[in-house]
Amino acid sequence: MVAQPITEVPEVSVRNLAIRYGAKPALSGVSLDIRQREIFGIVGPANSGKTSFLRVLNRMDTFTTGMSFEGDVCVGGRNVRDWRNLYALRRRIGVVFPLPVGLPLSVYDNVALAPRLAGVDKKAELDVIVERCLRRAALWDEVKDRLKALGSLLSGGQQQRLTIARALSQKPKLLLLDEFSIAVDPVTTMRIEDVLKELRNEMTVVLVTNLVQQARRLADRTAFFLMGECVEVGDTEDLFTGEVQDQRTRDYLEGRFG
Amino acid sequence: MFEATALNVSNQRLQALVRVLLLLMTVVLILPVVVILSVLIVRGGPVISFDFLFTEPTHGMTAGGILPALLGTVWLVAVALLASVPVGVAAAIYLSEYAPDNWLTRAINLAIINLAGVPSIVHALFGVGAFVLFFKFGTSILAASLTLAIMTLPVVIVSTRESLQAVPKAFREACWNMGATRWQTIWRIVLPNSISGILTGVILEVSRTAGETAPIMFTGAAFFLPFLPQSVFDQTMAMSLHLFVISTQVPNVPDALPFGVALVLIAMVLTMNAVSIAFRTYLRRKKKW
Repeated sequence: MVAQPITEVPEVSVRNLAIRYGAKPALSGVSLDIRQREIFGIVGPANSGKTSFLRVLNRMDTFTTGMSFEGDVCVGGRNVRDWRNLYALRRRIGVVFPLPVGLPLSVYDNVALAPRLAGVDKKAELDVIVERCLRRAALWDEVKDRLKALGSLLSGGQQQRLTIARALSQKPKLLLLDEFSIAVDPVTTMRIEDVLKELRNEMTVVLVTNLVQQARRLADRTAFFLMGECVEVGDTEDLFTGEVQDQRTRDYLEGRFG
Repeated sequence: MFEATALNVSNQRLQALVRVLLLLMTVVLILPVVVILSVLIVRGGPVISFDFLFTEPTHGMTAGGILPALLGTVWLVAVALLASVPVGVAAAIYLSEYAPDNWLTRAINLAIINLAGVPSIVHALFGVGAFVLFFKFGTSILAASLTLAIMTLPVVIVSTRESLQAVPKAFREACWNMGATRWQTIWRIVLPNSISGILTGVILEVSRTAGETAPIMFTGAAFFLPFLPQSVFDQTMAMSLHLFVISTQVPNVPDALPFGVALVLIAMVLTMNAVSIAFRTYLRRKKKW
């Protein structure tokens, strides 16, 4: 083995990724690295393959009929095909969906679910995890008096923060957010953005968004996906100040299409 | 400017006509139910008494009670449920939560739907061949109940599958993304939120099973038995067959007797349906999303 300078292993490393649903390609030729503890934005119009990209990272293809992928995808330095325990891979990765998903359990049980699945069953321990995660998701003050209320009956904005708290309860190294603000009011969006700014010191965040300004506000680096292709990856500031390789990126970011 | 045109007027007339016609059809639909129930209550009501329900038939079934038939129906339904519910629910969980969406699964689903349409007399003959003769259960409660179970399986499967599918896919996705296995997801999220629908389906099954005649008449139900069943290997009387027998096969049965038997049978069925509806209403009020 050739000695190499010690560099940080990227949290996510993708080479020549192609995703298909049956015979229909969703994404092809994607190669990019996502560094540890950065916020990595992915922007692009609908149907450009952003969500499919996220689903490969935690191997949700095993739950999706017809979905398959080629190429090398490493998470935490290990190829996702080589993770013998896919459930451990998924526990490492927190996911937040476009539409908030409050499970039909109490607020407390929503956040305690992942620890319980991982074998934590002491009440005192769970109490600590639940409070910490709800606080970090900026939801604690609103729900601390009704932890027994159903999570699925909270307001949309609260449910989305509950989803984030639930993701955090997995102690993820990688947090994937898929257009989290689509069904959430602007105030909640700003609160969640503040939460993400705090989280970036501790974990890698992948932020898929169709609000390019959101990517600009939050992301250290940004990738532009278009029609199943990764057009460009670069420092967010560079992309938005016009230092782009591809005219399509400039057009999209400046709002000329999409 | 706002005056009705001729077109408006004719549209309104048509609308009124359609409304009346639809109402009429609804009344036509309800009428038989009302008539059946009233006739049963008026003509069968007087024979209902404690003795009628809890004594055995006497004088060649032209007098006395219906206890053996009543208990026999309870036996048949209970054993049929014990057989069909675990199998049906397990199959539904597999088909809904595990089976890949391919031609085989679709073929199985189609087969189940078609199985639900098989006439009950065909099930009866299958029961004779399979349970009475091949498995050598003889004509017994076991053979009759298994025949009923086979007949009700498709309905249990379909109603269970529908209850499972009513739980939003997003809940499952959220659990899977958290690293839950399929079974953990089913156990913690899907089943707790579909159990009400599953139970409702089962209760409705009870009422359907109780009324069936054809599947049991060759497999385990007896014309007349002077004793109560002691085990699943005994034959038994049953309400539905008893009604058929005293209405058509036995001479000199007093008129009121078959009406009384029919009234008890329909009361059993309606009670189960009412329990099922009450149960569903109660659980709907605790809607969780």
